[in-house]
Amino acid sequence: MIIQSLAFYLFAGITVAAAVMVISARNPVHSVLFLILAFFNSAGLFVLLGAEFLAMILVVVYVGAVAVLFMFVVMMLDIGVAELREGFLQYLPLGGIVGLILLLELGFVVAGFVISPEVSERFSAPAPADIPNTEAIGQLLYTKYVYFFQAAGMILLVAMIGAIVLTHRSREGVKKQRIGQQVDRRPEETLEIKKVQTGSGI
Amino acid sequence: MLEIGLAHYLTLAAILFTLGVFGIFLNRKNVIIILMSIELILLAININLVSFSSHLGDLVGQVFALLVLTVAAGEAAIGLAILVVYFRNRGSIAVEDIRMMKG
Repeated sequence: MIIQSLAFYLFAGITVAAAVMVISARNPVHSVLFLILAFFNSAGLFVLLGAEFLAMILVVVYVGAVAVLFMFVVMMLDIGVAELREGFLQYLPLGGIVGLILLLELGFVVAGFVISPEVSERFSAPAPADIPNTEAIGQLLYTKYVYFFQAAGMILLVAMIGAIVLTHRSREGVKKQRIGQQVDRRPEETLEIKKVQTGSGI
Repeated sequence: MLEIGLAHYLTLAAILFTLGVFGIFLNRKNVIIILMSIELILLAININLVSFSSHLGDLVGQVFALLVLTVAAGEAAIGLAILVVYFRNRGSIAVEDIRMMKG
């Protein structure tokens, strides 16, 4: 038990410290690296919670895809080291309003639990004890939540197509292969047969 | 203090969420940091979902954490694509310049 507590405080402390560094680092590259550190330690927290599959997915998706994408864009855009703006107080009222709205919504959620406490039990799917976490998630995800799974796939497809459409640009004056034209070429358009007199050359 | 319960994880998630919101309001120069703050917020949400799932013995939380992860990946891809296009057009990614896009 003591080892579990120590592991929790280690992972949680490093996660919070890395998150602080993400939003306060002056160099965006350092921010991305601290974001990767925060994701790794959150994966450790997920392992502590018994959600091994999500921990592995967190490492694969966030560290392997999202953080590398961030790093790629930071390197590509060539942004200098930016200093923090002084006009922080100027945006404080707007931020306060947003925080207040969030607090009210959290209050509504808690009020829902107080008013009808039995509503959450109707949607629960108890975790089976005898099979591993990954298998249990698979049995739930591919049966009861298969439409959500398909919707997640559609979201990823739309995101992929959107990103390609947004960033793709066709430049003028670049030679490239046009397969349709190549296939459509006929011998009459390109070949010319000439009678050559013997011994005279062309 | 030494017994790690639900409250510890919820406190951690609340701290991460607040840090993410602060990051959005603190960084007025760099849209990439704001996107990273959104990732931090989604990570806090995931920690909330998974800790409740573990505490209640209910796997639905982990399924929804998976869906949140999907949305986070898609959001990062689209956001960074918009950022690349914007940088190509204007040569800067400062938040204050984005008001120039008003018709």
